[in-house]
This record gives sequence, structure tokens and C-alpha cells, in this order.
Amino acid sequence: MSARLRNTISKVLPPLFAILLLVAVWQTVCSFGQVPKYMLPSPGDVAAAFEKDWQLMFSHAKTTLTETFIGLFFGILIGFLAAVVMDRFNIVRRMIYPLIVISQTIPTIAIAPLLVIWLGYKMLPKIILIVLVVFFPIAVSLLDGFSSADPDTIRLMQSMGARKMQIFRYVKLPNSLGQFFSSLKISVSYAVVSAVVSEWIGGTEGLGCYMTRVRKSFSSDKMFAVIILISVISLLLIWLTNVLQRVCMPWDKINKNRSKKI
Amino acid sequence: MAALEVKDVTFSYDNVTPVLKNVDLTLNDGELVCLLGVSGGGKTTLFNIISGLNRPQQGTDMLLPYRTVEDNVALPLIIKGMKKKEARIKVGEYFAQFGIEGTQKKYPAELSGGMRQRAALLRTYMFSADVALLDEPFSALDTLTKSEMHRWYLDVMSRIKLSTIFITHDIDEAILLSDRIYLLRGKPGTITDEIVISQPKPRDKEFNLTEEFLQYKRKIIHLISN
Repeated sequence: MSARLRNTISKVLPPLFAILLLVAVWQTVCSFGQVPKYMLPSPGDVAAAFEKDWQLMFSHAKTTLTETFIGLFFGILIGFLAAVVMDRFNIVRRMIYPLIVISQTIPTIAIAPLLVIWLGYKMLPKIILIVLVVFFPIAVSLLDGFSSADPDTIRLMQSMGARKMQIFRYVKLPNSLGQFFSSLKISVSYAVVSAVVSEWIGGTEGLGCYMTRVRKSFSSDKMFAVIILISVISLLLIWLTNVLQRVCMPWDKINKNRSKKI
Repeated sequence: MAALEVKDVTFSYDNVTPVLKNVDLTLNDGELVCLLGVSGGGKTTLFNIISGLNRPQQGTDMLLPYRTVEDNVALPLIIKGMKKKEARIKVGEYFAQFGIEGTQKKYPAELSGGMRQRAALLRTYMFSADVALLDEPFSALDTLTKSEMHRWYLDVMSRIKLSTIFITHDIDEAILLSDRIYLLRGKPGTITDEIVISQPKPRDKEFNLTEEFLQYKRKIIHLISN
């Protein structure tokens, strides 16, 4: 067995064991028959519900994922542009930074109904909500990354005759990537949750709508199944972000290994 | 022909206490000149004044951690507008000469301190092919690596044509590497003496064990303590 494989197993085994234990306890509690199924379905019930309804769930998931990806795309784009402008023009930063912070104190659940009133029951209000949620961590982390670039390195670049654009491209941008990916990991899971929440409020498609329907029919087994599905989707997206980070920052692993040795 | 001339430089940070006074120095083509003086004596200040033209290379290597060694070295060329591919080929020619062949695709974190310093010096060479200003470039290295770097530097200098001004407070280093040494002393700092090291180049690696070397050293210590 290779060292790497052993390493992976030793990392995966403990949490896997904990999860299995939890499921076993859950199954045992339910098998006594004291708790009604509409309150707490057993893991077996949940699995059966998933097996029965998975095609429907996946078609709803497709809608939710579409909203999530479009929302993420525009959220990142706008966050990036805002960070660049704020980094470039200090006056803009002082003007809009406080506004951005204030905008984040407004609870998502409170604006979602307003967005529905303004923009209707289709995809647009959901996408806007995701953009609003994603934009903030992305803009702030990028701005932080840009402005934390080493001033000596910037001076060195200037002495080489680098223009502002070149300093941005060769120093500030790569310097901000670490923070960007940290916030992207948070953003992707927020984005999925926001999509679901906005689907609760109104709409005809998406995992949120599916949730509302099964809740109203007291199908707790399906409710549990869809919750697990949403978790799995979020985890997959976070994993995807990790992969993307490794591709975009090949130096990161080397630098980390080195600092581990020291 | 002079590659660089400094004439009658007087400088003060606050317009009250001068840091430098009437400093004159000349760097001839292909020459290595050393500026020797105590810490806080105005050496780096003088360099920063000169570096209106050229930025000094400092003890810390300042390679960008997120660029491979070759992309670090090629950066000055890329900034000047050269295509990345072309720049890589151009700098690639120098890797062997600078003794860092095979490190092109590595990241700075994978290299030892001495190797990083070599790469940083190559980068300096790439953006100022005429005059290099080195501000205590080997000060961050341990003694053994340092003497290895001295030999390496003399070796590289014998093959490429580069005029260098070099700051140090290490007398041995100054004698070993320089054609001429300027002593920067006093407050405000001024150049008190100029010592010509007439030992021909390339110098033997045991030059620092010879009687001539000791004579130079004695002379400098005598001048400084005077």
C-alpha cells in the first residue's frame, strides 16, 4: 500500500466511522417504533424515499444548480470588478465599502420575498439573490488580497518599469488567489442555500419548491432525502473549488509542504 | 569609460542633519566596485539615490513565490513587452552560466537560499544588463554558502560583462570580490579612501589565504580604526 493511500485512509476513516455510528443509532431509535414516521423517518425510509423520487429530485436539482452557477458567475464577476475599482481608486473604496458592509446585514430571508414581488416567479429573482450573497465575500477577499501585496515587491516591479496594469497582473492578482479561493468555498455553499431559500418563497421548479411541497404533505422521509441531497451538492461544489484551486495555484502545495517541514 | 559616475552628492532626510556629504565615485566598464562601511553609515541611502536609475538588489531575494524560477527571471523582459515564450528562451541561455541549470520549472520555495540568490541576481542582470547595484546580497546566507557564492560570483563575472557596485560591511568579502573599494565613513558619510585591489581576475579561490590579502585587510582595518 502506498504511503499516500494509507494517508488518505487514515484521514477518511474516523469521520466515516462517526457517520456510520450516527446512522446506526438513528436506525435503532426508529426501529423501536415509538417515534411516528412523519416526525422522524428512519434512514431506511429516507433511502426508500430517495429511490422512489430521485428522478423528480434530480430534475429539480438541475434548476437549482443552473440558478446557482449563473448566480455564482455574476456574483464573482461583479465582486471582482468592484474589488478592482476599489483597489484602483481609493475614493471609490471609501464611498462604497461601508455600503457593501451595510448591505450584508440585511437578512437574505427578508429580501427574498421582495425580489419575488419585484421580479416575479421565474429564475431572475433567485439569481439576483445569489449574486447579492456571493458578491460580498468575493469582493472583500479580493480587495484584501490586492492590498496585502508586499510593498517591497511592488517597488521592485516599479523599478523594472512595470505599469499599474502589470503590477496588478503579476503581483496583486496572484497574491489574492489564496484568499479568493477561501471565500469561494464559503460562497458556493451559500449560493446553493440561497437558491433553495428563494425557491421556498415562490416558484414552480427547484429543490426549494420540492421541499415546500413535501413539507406540506408531511412526507418527512422525502424532506430528509432532499436535505441530504442539498448537502451532497454543496460538498461536491466545495470539492470542485478545491480542485480548481489546486489547478490555479500549483505553487501553493509546494509552499505549504515547505512550511510544514519548518 | 565610466559606466556610472556619482559627483558631489550631499543628502539629508530632514534638511538638518546631512547623511551624506560630497560623495564622489566612479564605476568603470566591467568593473566591480565595493562600498565598504559600517551599518547605518549611509551606504543604502547612497544606493537609493543612485537607484533613481537602477534598483538595488537586496539581501532578501524577493522572488515571487507564485512564479517559477524561469518566470521570475524573465519578468523584467516580460514587463518590457517581450512575449513570455521568447523571454523564457532568452533567460534560459543564462541558467547554466549562473549555475542554476535545471531549476527553470521549479518554484522558489523548492530552492536553497544560495540558489534563490543566484536566480535573483540573474533577474537583476536581466533588467539592468549594464550596471548592477547589489545591497549586501549575500548577507542573509550562512558562512559556507556565502563563500560558495563568492566563488560562484567571481566565476560568473569572468564570463559575463557587468559593471557592479556592491555594498557590504564584510571586509573579506570586499577584498575578495572587488577591483576597487571605497570606504564610506563618518557622520555625515563621505568617501575617505579608495583602495585598489590589484590582484588580477579571475582570482584563485584561495586568494583570501595569501599574504597579499592580509596586507589589504590590515590596511583597511588600519584606515577604519583611524
